[in-house]
Amino acid sequence: MSEARPNGSKGQIMAALRRSLKREQPAPEERRLLEERLAQPRAGLIPARGQRDHAAQLDLLEEMLTELSATVARLDDAAEVPQAVADYLKSENLPPRLRLAPREDLRVLPWDSQPLLEVTEGSAQETDPTAVTGAFAGIAETGTLVMASGAEAPITLNFLPENHIVVLRASDVVGAYEEAWTRLRARFGNGTMPRAVNMITGPSRTGDIEQTILLGAHGPRRLHVLLIEDAEQPAAAD
Amino acid sequence: MLQSSSPAFKENARAALADQTLQKALGNVKAGFIGKRAKARARLPEFEDLRDAARDIKNHTLANLDFYLERYEEKVLASGGQVHWAATAEEARNAILTICRDAGAKVVTKGKSMISEEIGLNAHLEEAGLDVVETDLGEYIIQLRHETPSHIIAPAVHLTKDQVEADFRHHHDELPADRSLVEPEQLVAEARQMLRHRYLEADVGITGANFLVAETGTSIIVTNEGNGDLTQCLPKVHIVIASLEKVVPNLEDATTILRVLARSATGQELSAYTTFSTGPRRPEDLDGPEQYHVILLDNGRSQMLGGEFQDMLRCIRCGACMNHCPVYHAVGGHAYGWVYPGPMGAVLTPSLIGVDEAGHLPNASTFCGRCESVCPMRIPLPRMMRHWREREFERHLSPKAVRFGLAFWAFFARRPALYHRLLGLKMRVLGALGRAQGRFNALPFAGGWTKHRDFPAPQGKTFQQLWAERQKGGAGS
Amino acid sequence: MAESRPRVGLFVTCLVDLIRPSVGFAAVKLLEQAGCDVSVPRAQTCCGQPAYNSGDRADTKAIAEQVIAAFAGYDYVVAPSGSCASMIKKHYPGLFADDPPLRAKAEELAARTHELVSFLADVRGVEAVESSFSGAVTYHDSCSGLRELGVEAQPRKLLDSVPGVEIREMEESNVCCGFGGTFCVKYPDISNKMVTNKAGFIAASGADTLLAGDLGCLMNMAGKLQRQGVPVKARHVAEVLADMADRPAIGEPGQAGDPAGGAG
Repeated sequence: MSEARPNGSKGQIMAALRRSLKREQPAPEERRLLEERLAQPRAGLIPARGQRDHAAQLDLLEEMLTELSATVARLDDAAEVPQAVADYLKSENLPPRLRLAPREDLRVLPWDSQPLLEVTEGSAQETDPTAVTGAFAGIAETGTLVMASGAEAPITLNFLPENHIVVLRASDVVGAYEEAWTRLRARFGNGTMPRAVNMITGPSRTGDIEQTILLGAHGPRRLHVLLIEDAEQPAAAD
Repeated sequence: MLQSSSPAFKENARAALADQTLQKALGNVKAGFIGKRAKARARLPEFEDLRDAARDIKNHTLANLDFYLERYEEKVLASGGQVHWAATAEEARNAILTICRDAGAKVVTKGKSMISEEIGLNAHLEEAGLDVVETDLGEYIIQLRHETPSHIIAPAVHLTKDQVEADFRHHHDELPADRSLVEPEQLVAEARQMLRHRYLEADVGITGANFLVAETGTSIIVTNEGNGDLTQCLPKVHIVIASLEKVVPNLEDATTILRVLARSATGQELSAYTTFSTGPRRPEDLDGPEQYHVILLDNGRSQMLGGEFQDMLRCIRCGACMNHCPVYHAVGGHAYGWVYPGPMGAVLTPSLIGVDEAGHLPNASTFCGRCESVCPMRIPLPRMMRHWREREFERHLSPKAVRFGLAFWAFFARRPALYHRLLGLKMRVLGALGRAQGRFNALPFAGGWTKHRDFPAPQGKTFQQLWAERQKGGAGS
Repeated sequence: MAESRPRVGLFVTCLVDLIRPSVGFAAVKLLEQAGCDVSVPRAQTCCGQPAYNSGDRADTKAIAEQVIAAFAGYDYVVAPSGSCASMIKKHYPGLFADDPPLRAKAEELAARTHELVSFLADVRGVEAVESSFSGAVTYHDSCSGLRELGVEAQPRKLLDSVPGVEIREMEESNVCCGFGGTFCVKYPDISNKMVTNKAGFIAASGADTLLAGDLGCLMNMAGKLQRQGVPVKARHVAEVLADMADRPAIGEPGQAGDPAGGAG
């Protein structure tokens, strides 16, 4: 059956693999164990660094991001985001123009309070200087932001503009990668992924010229995280 | 596949050693990688245990590669993607060209992929009239120069910034002559600007894969520049090329290996971008490719499975082995003559293009073991290079002079009484001849040694002779 | 008292036997000071590495069997070389994967085989040696000893116990010198580049004496230093530890005197 596929040499390759493995199929008991391993993923060794309490996770996230030349501003309330965005753009001498991820919790923020800011929604266009997006999660162990693509999260926003501002809720910050996978499965279902999941750990960088590390190779030159300290609130839908 | 110049390794090495610009650039390998890896390792107390865990995950996966690949394919199909199984480089090239043609493609952007080098993809697409654009900065530079990568994660590590400046001035027509390109920052900005609109005009984006996840049908790429992401999220077709052994069972397994990958490669805690792609754009998505294809390449891997080179299939292409290899430091990557240089290349290349062609590579090692000591997947690289030497010896591929010398030596080494009598005499003669100088600056049959260094004169009698004298009541007993 | 003295079979190594027997006598002296009875089986030649690393498994196995037989019955087998000790300890058992009785013998030999300096420090618990020396030394970590046997701290600790020794670490002391057995004659240009780097680091350390635990590496480095006219003397670390650094250094002119002098 599979040999009849128009798309290539599957039959030949599988036969070669089975010859090398000296088996036709895994034995029934082996197969059961393999199925189980796939269906019930178990976390491996999680570094102690990823298992601190939540307040320490926030500190670690900030520390790691700062080390990577990203910047972090902590806000008590999401309502402060428009002001913080305007302040950041001004301090970096950037145009007051941004492309906003079409995400309900970002859309409802008081953008009107910043009349000089030009806010448009949608996926990124070539001329957009700055994107403002949410994040699915933040991972403390390496200062990593997790973006899950979807209607509210076009992925071009993460890469095309030179500046990327990420609104991250403290309740979405976890210690280790594995916790993010658990949350992903809870949201999207077991064995199912959004089309793209982007783990972002600092601004774009390259070492390709004489091993000198430089920022902004192709992706964003600046990565600014607005960390909303909503920790005492129950975690939102995400 | 890409043509090899591996049989000319010695000549390649000699030329590399005489190339002062190359030697200057190679200094950056030591400076750029070794200290950073050591620091990252020291910062993560669990690092050594994670290496064990990563090795075990790959071993488990390889032992069940048939199962996991079939499951992976099912999940890709379920997410709306397509899988193309390619037994050979040629099948892979043709599958990719067909996809490009079906998409009516003119411009193809590419993220860095060693598999694409292995199958000689660019030349094939260019011959068919496609405009192929490498987007990784290092790959872009060497594409301008019509060179191949000299390192698996830092393809242009053999170049200095002055050479890059000259290339940009030569190839970038609109670059004003008075624009300064002295600083690396200026070179990066120039490349960024040049490549920006290429991403947007591309019809097809091609990337490699660091991992394939059987649980979800996901391909993962790890990059720092963001070029891989722009390559795969802007064009309407995304093609992933991956060899069979890239599959792992779960996201958790990929995660464990990710924890050792960047730390071993560049000394980063994690690369800037780790991107998980699953199928084409969904109905609700505002962006992303309309088609998602995976080329699954065998090209010799299925033959390595179950044999003495299976451990090599654990390799995650971090480059730590070459970053720490004194031979690589001396000659650079191009001397090895094919796609994969350094210790991992010395093991993998004979598997892929044949030991007749690549016979030098597993021999050009002192077995210093530094590669194995830093390999995140604990691949016993020296042991496998020795396996290749055994195959060469069995097949009489080793040079005649070596075989003859070895046979001569082994004859005596296997006969202790004869050995001691003969060499005892010879050392006394050599000792007497060399006593005045203490050393020889030329010796018959030892030209390889004395061309570059002196040979010490033996002290005279052998230890065994002196020991026998002492046992008979001589000095000291 | 005599019963408690372990019986040590000295694996002389082919290079020490032929080129620099005084290293063997330094080893004997150190072992005897550490309370061992030392014997030197006559039926030894070489550990087999030249054949092993050239892919000649048949000759390697024949030589290994010879070594296994020659060193049967000793409490320990000690070699003044990390490379040869590691060959016996880490590689012999794998040679007989398909021959369980021989494999068992190889494993039994491997378990009692040690590199000299680590044997003194780790097995015999030697904290200090009876020696004196005057000068600055730099220590090269030979690859097999370092990475296969973990010989790194032990020689430095024992050198520290010698009055008059000042250790000046060189840069990249743990990077290969380019000897690599047959490598240095098969790929002389690459080997030359490696040993040239090494000689540069040795000279830059400011030490007047280079020490290491393997004669092959020492001959390579000494030969390069001498060809370059760098006035650094090269010796096996055992010579300094055994207070036998009074005879000409490797490749230096002069009467060897009695290589055995001072031993025993």
